[in-house]
Amino acid sequence: MDVIAPQLANIDAEPFYQTIGDETALFDAAYRNRLPVLLKGPTGCGKTRFVEHMAWRLKRPLVTVACHDDLTAADLVGRYLIVGGQTVWMDGPLAAAVRAGAICYLDEIVEARKDTMVVIHPLADSRRVLPIEKRGELVRAPEGFMLVISYNPGYQSVLKELKQSTRQRFVALDFDYPAADIEAAIVVHETGVSLDMAGKLVKFAAMTRNLKGSGLDEGASTRLLVHAGILISSGIAPVAACRAAIAQAVTDEPEMLAAVQELSSSVF
Amino acid sequence: MAERILTAEQIEPLLEHWLEAEFTRHPMQPHAEAIAALALPDQSFILDWARRSAAVNIHVAHMFVREAPRLLAQMDHRTVEAWVLQALDEIDRGGMKAGLDVLRDPARFVRLGRERAVGAVFSDIAGVLRNFVRGLSGRALNFEQGSGECGAWTDTETLFLPPVIAGMESAQDNFLLAKAMATLLWAQTRFGTFHIDIAAACANHDNPGHALRAFLQLETLRLEAAIARDLQGLARDMQHLRKLAGAALLDPQWRQMQRQVSRIDATSEDSLALLAQACTLELPVPAPYQGELRPDSVASIMAARKEREKMLLRVKLAEIAEDAQREPQQPEQNTSAAKFELKESDIASAELPRHELLLDDNPVPLPDEVRDLLTSIQLDFGDIPPEYLTPAGPGEYDPNLYQPQEKDPDAVWGGTYHEDGAVLYPEWDFRRQHYRKNWCVMREKDVAPVHDDFVSGVLNRYAGLARQLRRTFEAMRDQDRVEKRQLDGDDLDFDALVEALGDAHAGRDMSDRLFTHLHRNERDIAVLFLVDMSGSTKGWINEVERAALLLLCEALESLGDRYAIYGFSGMTRKKCELFRIKRFDERYGDEVRARISGIRPQDYTRMGFAIRHATQLLSQIDARTRLLITLSDGKPDDYTDNYRGRYGIEDTRRALLEAARAGVRPFCITVDKEARDYLPHLYGAARYTIVDDVARLPFKVAGIYRRLTH
Repeated sequence: MDVIAPQLANIDAEPFYQTIGDETALFDAAYRNRLPVLLKGPTGCGKTRFVEHMAWRLKRPLVTVACHDDLTAADLVGRYLIVGGQTVWMDGPLAAAVRAGAICYLDEIVEARKDTMVVIHPLADSRRVLPIEKRGELVRAPEGFMLVISYNPGYQSVLKELKQSTRQRFVALDFDYPAADIEAAIVVHETGVSLDMAGKLVKFAAMTRNLKGSGLDEGASTRLLVHAGILISSGIAPVAACRAAIAQAVTDEPEMLAAVQELSSSVF
Repeated sequence: MAERILTAEQIEPLLEHWLEAEFTRHPMQPHAEAIAALALPDQSFILDWARRSAAVNIHVAHMFVREAPRLLAQMDHRTVEAWVLQALDEIDRGGMKAGLDVLRDPARFVRLGRERAVGAVFSDIAGVLRNFVRGLSGRALNFEQGSGECGAWTDTETLFLPPVIAGMESAQDNFLLAKAMATLLWAQTRFGTFHIDIAAACANHDNPGHALRAFLQLETLRLEAAIARDLQGLARDMQHLRKLAGAALLDPQWRQMQRQVSRIDATSEDSLALLAQACTLELPVPAPYQGELRPDSVASIMAARKEREKMLLRVKLAEIAEDAQREPQQPEQNTSAAKFELKESDIASAELPRHELLLDDNPVPLPDEVRDLLTSIQLDFGDIPPEYLTPAGPGEYDPNLYQPQEKDPDAVWGGTYHEDGAVLYPEWDFRRQHYRKNWCVMREKDVAPVHDDFVSGVLNRYAGLARQLRRTFEAMRDQDRVEKRQLDGDDLDFDALVEALGDAHAGRDMSDRLFTHLHRNERDIAVLFLVDMSGSTKGWINEVERAALLLLCEALESLGDRYAIYGFSGMTRKKCELFRIKRFDERYGDEVRARISGIRPQDYTRMGFAIRHATQLLSQIDARTRLLITLSDGKPDDYTDNYRGRYGIEDTRRALLEAARAGVRPFCITVDKEARDYLPHLYGAARYTIVDDVARLPFKVAGIYRRLTH
């Protein structure tokens, strides 16, 4: 036994996810046909939750990797360790997922360096193999394996973009904040606040989204609304909850902070 | 200033000196006695400000000395200081008379000051309220200060608020009042107050002014109900303000009309229908945030906007139709045959309905600017008129109608002075120890490229130097590299490991240097070169400076640092110019070389604005180290405004301090032999270099840069 494999987690309880369009059907079709999937959308609008939900539905283990620009190919594929005077190979999360036929989710893939990203190319086309040069091994992905990546196109910096040679290997699903009534239902489910309160939170979020580009990089995400709702359920006053969970989270600039606070005190 | 209390005999000669009493013949003795009678802090304060204001304007100093002892009995230092500064600012802005008006009436200043203390001052709140209104949605509205003693009003594109809103007792309530005013004005556009022809409707009545006020009251009631549906918190605050102002609605007939306009589907037509009845009644006390209506201003702006937006939308639709063509374009194919449809979605909420655009029954993505256009048109008409959806045919529109005419920056001195497209920068007045706001009018211009043999001549003449520079600078490049045989690192060094295991097997000591470490590129520098293009750089200096720049660029290309080159020159504060030779995001090529060749001496060396603008440009670049290197041949100088001498040096020094505080490191390379007199004061002892022999400049500049950044 000369391979150490990390433990994989199975998802037992259903993660709540509210389907908005045809994303569930598309993901399902991609999985059955062994196509990899790219999730695009702003932060906090349900991409990761969606992957968890689909992993539960398809009854596969889920391996998540948060990408950053110190991520090397070895971090994904694996490396040799020295155990008791012997060299032993340890699989990285990507190799482990491939061997086990799990779903491997690379979150915020543009943060990783370009030379790291190309490691996934052989897995993301019809070959579905992972070459491990250091071992001279070619790991073929079984049927159950699926590669999923995500990124936020709104942060388009010149240095961090998805090359065509990478992105054109994927089926792309577009995520955005849900429509007002759906978003309110999500907030009610996740936090236990009343529908009326959830409606006001969603209205407030819409106002912050109107400010995108006029001083805010991003409006409030659904995730922040859930945070605010949780605080409100615990007895915090709505305006204070919005300040801590939403206003202070989206901006540091004093004038914008004051404006967002004025918006919340107008709604509640 | 003095640490001990001064007597009248000691104060009088000071005043006489500062206030040039021998010329103005004002006796200083009574003033000196008044000041001597004060406590030490007040005395120091008055004497200090007397001196500072006298350096700027003798009259101001006189009036100050005359009024200050009495004022200090009623106001604190801060208020008196604000009064003097206000006077000096007014002189800067509007001339002597404006300043004297402030000085002659300190009581009015105090009253305004009290208002300022508890009131909401426009310049303080504009930023917050602008963002607030933008968040509320709809058309992106402008925010401006109305003139003089006006109320609050809108022309559907701009919201005008009074300079100070002080109708309530506390600062918090005054801010709420301002917020309520702004929201009500926003609501007028959002909920269609101006869909009807107000002026015509009021003209039918015997007293049109009375009718207008009545209509405004009705509309305010209707809009309050609309606001209350979405913004409960604000609605509560508005009722609170109404009560404080004694404007709660009591009359039963008015209550009945309020119920009618408060229905969810009420429009301005409903208010209009009730106008006749309202005119017969007595008007109740208006809500404190009500503002006023100006139908004429609205009408002209709306007419122009409707025309413009109709054209714009149809042109944009034509562009979308063209983009959507799959087949190769046939010349006869008419884009106006494309059929556009709008589908509304999300009608349930009180928000403006979102739209989906269909072209020949297929959905097309809706660009943001088209979406904004549709929103704006909806606000004017209630929905989108069908004829707006026909794409414009070729030749059907006049682009000038929707492109604002750009005023020529060079026409500034041709008799059509304007400040369009200019950036205003402050200047530091060391005598009054305060900034002169919006003092320098600065524009960025391009250097006209000159394609001659200057470039090839330089590269020929200095060929050897250029080669050497390239080699030296290339060696300075830092790169990602893997360092082997490290004590610690991210990966195993197998060669080292094999050797170590072999050693262990053979009974020798095993090395512990078994890892590889990735050394990351640490060189993260952005540098902006500021080149003095004043008239003093003509002739020999100009040629040498240009050669030095050229060689510097060739060297920097080998190095890979991000760099930009700007020239500066100015003639009085109204014509400050920054010349773009190479921007940060521009490639170095023939165009930049031709611009370097095209550098010609201009006017004077007014440095402050150039350093401030360069700091701005550098602050936008994301780099660990930001350098600002000035290439100059002499002291700061200008034609007038006293920029030469101490004033210019102090302003330049201040600008350099501001740069340092912004994280930019300034450095100066000069050929002025007398620079040792003033450069240490400006840049600090270690941050400048004097190149004694001008001819050596090309040889020196690159080397200086290398030493600065190695």
